[in-house]
Amino acid sequence: MIKAILIFNNHGKPRLSKFYQRYSEDTQQQIIRETFHLVSKRDENVCNFLEGGLLIGGSDNKLIYRHYATLYFVFCVDSSESELGILDLIQVFVETLDKCFENVCELDLIFHVDKVHNILSEMVMGGMVLETNMNEIVTQIDAQNKLEKSETFIFQSPRQDR
Amino acid sequence: MPAPIRLRELIRTIRTARTQAEEREMIQKECAAIRSSFREEDNTYRCRNVAKLLYMHMLGYPAHFGQLECLKLIASQKFTDKRIGYLGAMLLLDERQDVHLLMTNCIKNDLNHSTQYVQGLALCTLGCMGSSEMCRDLAGEVEKLLKTSNSYLRKKAALCAVHVIRKVPELMEMFLPATKNLLNEKNHGVLHTSVVLLTEMCERSPDMLSHFRKLVPQLVRILKNLIMSGYSPEHDVSGISDPFLQVRILRLLRILGRNDDDSSEAMNDILAQVATNTETSKNVGNAILYETVLTIMDIKSESGLRVLAINILGRFLLNNDKNIRYVALTSLLKTVQTDHNAVQRHRSTIVDCLKDLDVSIKRRAMELSFALVNGNNIRGMMKELLYFLDSCEPEFKADCASGIFLAAEKYAPSKRWHIDTIMRVLTTAGSYVRDDAVPNLIQLITNSMEMHAYTVQKLYKAILGDYSQQPLVQVASWCMGEYGDLLISDQCEEEEPVQVTEEEVLDILESVLISNMSASVTRGYALTAIMKLSTRFTCTVNRIKKVVSIYGSSIDVELQQRAVEYNALFKKYDHMRSALLERMPVMEKVTTNGPTEIVQTNGETEPAVLETKPPPSGLQPTSQANDLLDLLGGNDITPVIPTAPTSKPASAGGELLDLLGDLNLTASPASVAAPQISQPPFLLDGLSSQPLFNDIAAGIPSITAYSKNGLKIDFTFERSNTNPSVTVITIQASNSTELDMTDFVFQAAVPKTFQLQLLSPSSSIIPAFNTGTITQVIKVLNPQKQQLRMRIKLTYNHKGSAMQDLAEVNNFPPQSWQ
Repeated sequence: MIKAILIFNNHGKPRLSKFYQRYSEDTQQQIIRETFHLVSKRDENVCNFLEGGLLIGGSDNKLIYRHYATLYFVFCVDSSESELGILDLIQVFVETLDKCFENVCELDLIFHVDKVHNILSEMVMGGMVLETNMNEIVTQIDAQNKLEKSETFIFQSPRQDR
Repeated sequence: MPAPIRLRELIRTIRTARTQAEEREMIQKECAAIRSSFREEDNTYRCRNVAKLLYMHMLGYPAHFGQLECLKLIASQKFTDKRIGYLGAMLLLDERQDVHLLMTNCIKNDLNHSTQYVQGLALCTLGCMGSSEMCRDLAGEVEKLLKTSNSYLRKKAALCAVHVIRKVPELMEMFLPATKNLLNEKNHGVLHTSVVLLTEMCERSPDMLSHFRKLVPQLVRILKNLIMSGYSPEHDVSGISDPFLQVRILRLLRILGRNDDDSSEAMNDILAQVATNTETSKNVGNAILYETVLTIMDIKSESGLRVLAINILGRFLLNNDKNIRYVALTSLLKTVQTDHNAVQRHRSTIVDCLKDLDVSIKRRAMELSFALVNGNNIRGMMKELLYFLDSCEPEFKADCASGIFLAAEKYAPSKRWHIDTIMRVLTTAGSYVRDDAVPNLIQLITNSMEMHAYTVQKLYKAILGDYSQQPLVQVASWCMGEYGDLLISDQCEEEEPVQVTEEEVLDILESVLISNMSASVTRGYALTAIMKLSTRFTCTVNRIKKVVSIYGSSIDVELQQRAVEYNALFKKYDHMRSALLERMPVMEKVTTNGPTEIVQTNGETEPAVLETKPPPSGLQPTSQANDLLDLLGGNDITPVIPTAPTSKPASAGGELLDLLGDLNLTASPASVAAPQISQPPFLLDGLSSQPLFNDIAAGIPSITAYSKNGLKIDFTFERSNTNPSVTVITIQASNSTELDMTDFVFQAAVPKTFQLQLLSPSSSIIPAFNTGTITQVIKVLNPQKQQLRMRIKLTYNHKGSAMQDLAEVNNFPPQSWQ
């Protein structure tokens, strides 16, 4: 099971945080800080696996991370997930984001956090992997966005452009 | 009231803040605006406001006042509102707030909505944060959706079902009929989540497991199709067709094939195929290969396949990619218990990994190295491990030191080597050693009488230059105090014996006393050592007297007390001084509770978890005489301390005796130092991490309890000094026949008024011709000081047949129980 998915930049500012296990808000922020601390110390040519920190760790949990440009994508998983598989999952996630946002960069994630959440919900649900086919995910997301847009048109309300 | 700003603008504004305080101000202002907007119950802008609130929540600011608003959004008709509302629910709400129950009705309606995306949203939210009450209410709806033909909804329903099962395990049966044709789907998404659902069900219930075993052929077929199918553009990841699904199926196969011969047989072919055909140039291929290896190791596969698997792991170890190496080390660690020899073949590669730069890999390699140490390779491995200890990061030093101590204790080829190794550890990583290493080492030194001179010479040289490492200084001071006379007398096998004078020895000890680096405990050691030397040295007694009297006024209370007492020894009790300060006797190695103790297992190597022992009544046949109360001896394996106290009250019926479980702990350095089992305190009084200084010379005669058919059992006794009702009996079993006795089990029973405790035996094989013995410790509690009687039962294998015998032991000497 995936316990948490965190995206933060090279300075530790969170860009997305999704927890699949219940933690209080304070603990969540502490986890983000601690994870950043652990991950930023890593060299470029070491392996992508870390034992978890004290808060989200425990002997069972691992942090699997990948560093893309200015962002760290960190998945905290327990032993029921295949480590190498999660690495591939991160890659698929980033590629999907790329497809949805056209050459995704950090700014896209900053200004469209909710969209990123929606994409993530199509891939991981309740801590388990739901769908890994990139095209399938993109199709569904497009359909849902179209549904949203059609609503704003029908109801003629001021632009709900968030 | 002006229209609330859009999320994008809020983000832009916040990014312009230059300090944390500025950001906080902006956020507070915006929160106030949002709050007033919520109060106005404005439907049009609610969605925008909640989106902003979620953003602020991510940054770490409190957002709980938005919880009810999320509910209102969920109840709205618009998809846009629902989307944000459900997202907010997942991020802000949880089962601890009662508010979440209000969602149940909305979710129920949405699960039956006409638009599939709304249904999808509802399923997603339920699957992420549904509480047990919600799950109970809505499980029926989820089950309905599990049978739909819409693959988008079906896959979501499957994962939602997993969540429901996790929260409310009793509902598992409800989903069983729906799983019947889950695997017939073509859609990979549904297949994937179905396999997850099946995996969850199999892991939770052994009945389900046997039920689903019949799916093995179908799973094998799906896997085969995936491998053979050639290029399929939609599921392709780096040239392999849907690796995620392959990995999931392999994992499910592993669970189904465990401990089951038929299923394992059915899988053998496909596993061999995957193992040999997968391309390993990219991470994807390796992921599948890794999963295959784990599956092969776990099921009852044929030996050829197992060898293939370990070789694949060995290949992984040589791979350039760090991730692969890490993963290989992890899986080797899991398999080293069962396939020890196969893993030994890769020992040199593993030891090389100790020198890797990557911290994660080093840690794994260290753990694996400790698991691989055995009697044959101890010298070579220890060299590498000591080198590693020298150069590793501080976070490893403590674990590494403990591991080295354990390994040395188990497999030391000679006492001198053992002492050398421990000295080396103390000098390189002295400050990281655990506290009980010092008394253990002292005991070891005392027991190796021929090494005293050598040891004290080495220790003296070690602290000559540097006395900052406390454990080393403590051991050294103690030894110099005990064996100072050997130090100055120049009798040693060292190549260059050091010429030491009494003055020099006292110089060192005094500098330890004075130094700021010495802990208070260390000073205590040094002072006592100086005192002991007063009987061993001849010319410097006056100097010693002076030192001792100075410390009579020390600020440190412990030092002061010692000094004052020693002073008194000099003045008033000088006649007793030499007797008091005599050489320490050899300490009995009583099995202690220290976590560094070796576990004497009965030949079993798996560190399985020990469940609390079943009550003794269920175990032994009562075919013996009525008052023979068979006990489960302390021969059970794997004495991991159970987390709950295992003390069993004396059964009122009076027939069964208390059996207090084993006290030994597993020897792995990573295991938690277990707390004492809460047992009646009196039996444990005599036991602490310091060995009992029992007075063997008090002369309780030992007896031969049993002698028949070449098997002789001797009892030697000790009385605990702190608790006079405890008698500690050490049994020694020896074998004078020409063949070994194997699987030897010793059981004992005592009358009702006594309590008995059996510790683990040293082994289960008595070698022939009296070449070795089995020792076992029995503790008897005799509060009423009645005459000790015991019935013993012996079972063993000899000359190919199983032997069993009962005997009564009545010849206990009176000193053992009075």
